[in-house]
Amino acid sequence: MIPTKEEMYAALEERHGKELQKKLSETSVAVCGLGGLGSNIAISLARAGVGKLHMIDFDKVDISNLNRQQYFPEQLGMYKSDALYDTLKRIAPYCEIKKDCVKLDDDNIPRLLADDDIIVEAFDKAEQKAMLVNCVLETMPEKYLVAGSGMAGLASSNTITTKRVTKRFYVCGDGVSDVNDGMGLVSSRVLICAGHQAHAVIRIIAGEFDI
Amino acid sequence: MVKINGELLDKDGKTVSEILSDMEINSQHVAVELNEMIVPKAEYSKTVLKGGDTVEVVRFVGGG
Repeated sequence: MIPTKEEMYAALEERHGKELQKKLSETSVAVCGLGGLGSNIAISLARAGVGKLHMIDFDKVDISNLNRQQYFPEQLGMYKSDALYDTLKRIAPYCEIKKDCVKLDDDNIPRLLADDDIIVEAFDKAEQKAMLVNCVLETMPEKYLVAGSGMAGLASSNTITTKRVTKRFYVCGDGVSDVNDGMGLVSSRVLICAGHQAHAVIRIIAGEFDI
Repeated sequence: MVKINGELLDKDGKTVSEILSDMEINSQHVAVELNEMIVPKAEYSKTVLKGGDTVEVVRFVGGG
């Protein structure tokens, strides 16, 4: 038997306090890209009691993802948006989750992300990251945006930071560690960057805007 | 002097495209904020920096 919605809400409220939990439950966060960053960010936000999650990815779960992304071997071949939806529903059964299996571009971003309060960039390719960030900043300046850049390899955990670039735009990562240099992505370091991004989102919701 | 990513540099009169080229950064991998406002990519070659400007160049590398 899973707990009721009221029981789960009460447990979160006890943890976070009434005021913060109300804000968390009323906020809609879009997670763009459900790979190593996005799948971990979404799980953190669902556990923290964010009320509305919008999951966006066009890709399927591949065996090469399992070293760092929150999917199970039996989910290979599933669309990530479907697979992560199932996992999130187990973690937070009363979270309102919208899933879009679509590739974001300049044309569909303003429409697809219109109802979300905070947008998380969690793509893997540099061009796609820049495209999403530029499109959001140009067409939806009222949104909060949390991006990730630089989390590959084995460099120290402590080089990954959160930077507030402008009032509503944050970037997490070390800014330099490219997936194409060296060994690629290691679960623990990707998780650190995902943690920075998820925590930036929660701090924005809490009204704690400074770094 | 223009403040670029926190550093004061003598880039007065240069365009955004020129400073990206000086920094050896691919313009397809960045977001550029000039005085807290995003510079649209189409404006990079037309946007001329002047003394006192503050520029943030956010560079994206692959991985996620």
